[in-house]
Amino acid sequence: MKKINTPLTLNEINSLKAGQEVFLSGIIYTARDQAHKRIVENLGKGKETPFDLKDAVIYYCGPTQAPKGKVIGSCGPTTSSRMDEFVGFMLAKGLRGMIGKGSRSRQVKEAIKKYKGIYFITYAGCGALLNKYIKSAKKIAYSDLGPEAVLELEVEDFPLIVAIDVNGGNVYGQD
Amino acid sequence: MRADVLSVLRGSYLREKNTRAKKILKAVLDNAACAKKEKLAICQDTGMPVIFAQLGQELKISGNLKEAINKGIAAGYKKYSLRNSIVMDPLFRGKPGFSPAIVHLDIVPGDKLKLTLLPKGFGCENKSQLKMFKPTCGLQEIKDFIVDAVKSAGADACPPYVIGVGIGGSADYSGILAKEALLKKVTRSPGHQVTRFISGLEQDLLKSINKLNIGPMGLGGKTTALAVNILTYPTHIAGLPVSVNISCHALRSASVVL
Repeated sequence: MKKINTPLTLNEINSLKAGQEVFLSGIIYTARDQAHKRIVENLGKGKETPFDLKDAVIYYCGPTQAPKGKVIGSCGPTTSSRMDEFVGFMLAKGLRGMIGKGSRSRQVKEAIKKYKGIYFITYAGCGALLNKYIKSAKKIAYSDLGPEAVLELEVEDFPLIVAIDVNGGNVYGQD
Repeated sequence: MRADVLSVLRGSYLREKNTRAKKILKAVLDNAACAKKEKLAICQDTGMPVIFAQLGQELKISGNLKEAINKGIAAGYKKYSLRNSIVMDPLFRGKPGFSPAIVHLDIVPGDKLKLTLLPKGFGCENKSQLKMFKPTCGLQEIKDFIVDAVKSAGADACPPYVIGVGIGGSADYSGILAKEALLKKVTRSPGHQVTRFISGLEQDLLKSINKLNIGPMGLGGKTTALAVNILTYPTHIAGLPVSVNISCHALRSASVVL
């Protein structure tokens, strides 16, 4: 099985094809609805983002609280399409990868092709199972958003399926 | 996860022929086992808490029942490290908390209080639909609407789904029925209180839905839904409301009688 690492350079993902299963290790960042809105608003005002977008991977996830003795709680993907409107702008600023669940708009697919990004899906509704691939979690921004705060996660062999590859190949087939 | 849902999931896993779908269903089953063992929520979306309360009319309650329900929910969510997903203002949002719950109250004979909690995830709640049909419409139009609702949910709402359908009542009440239908067992037992017609309709719809080839995670396969549950209620001569409330496979509910 193919293994890939962050920072997610083009070289890491150039040969990946839609439908292929891969394991990701390294640092990823959680961000969902409100965090996306803020990041894009901040970028528009020329302000800094909570993490460097260059070759970064965003995980659409809002985990449960970590129970005692665990680094994080249940932590599966949320529906990606709610973030569609923000994707083009963030890919243009250097974002490389996204992890979520479900299909994306045609605009997202086109932006992925244009900026050589990649969209992965992971086991949906399996937040307990995915817990074990997360080695550490650190809140780095927007703690007022509660579970929507931005976390820096260290992952090891996190299981992914390529849903949209760098050439716009789409596991969901539709356009 | 509810035992009846788990049992239907196991059956679907055994019957599924599509290799990838089978692998994903295995992950869903492993996830349920892992959640139990590790005392983690099966899904990080621990829902908007919805309470169906059946209040015995002979029962005298002192104090504030709604407040007590919300306090209990907040305490339970906190104790088991569930997620604070509720914002106090839908427009201005704000920092999320655990409550308030939505409480649907019914008055019934007797002197007991039955509380049923359905923590409903919103990835699937977002795919709910309502249509006000004409009273003269054909059954096929209603079937098409329900199947199309599942089609438009596609991969987004964590299939395999359980489909709750409410037929009749009013616009608002059909929505409550569709949600309440998710409380019905997905295994068909002799005690299952539906007419033969509704039971047949549920099976017909399930067959059509499982021909859509959406499958687990939307990557194909015949396991798109685990069950279709329908509840009906009398309605007005001028209308025929139909609501669809989709649940992801992480369908959780529990009751207590006080």
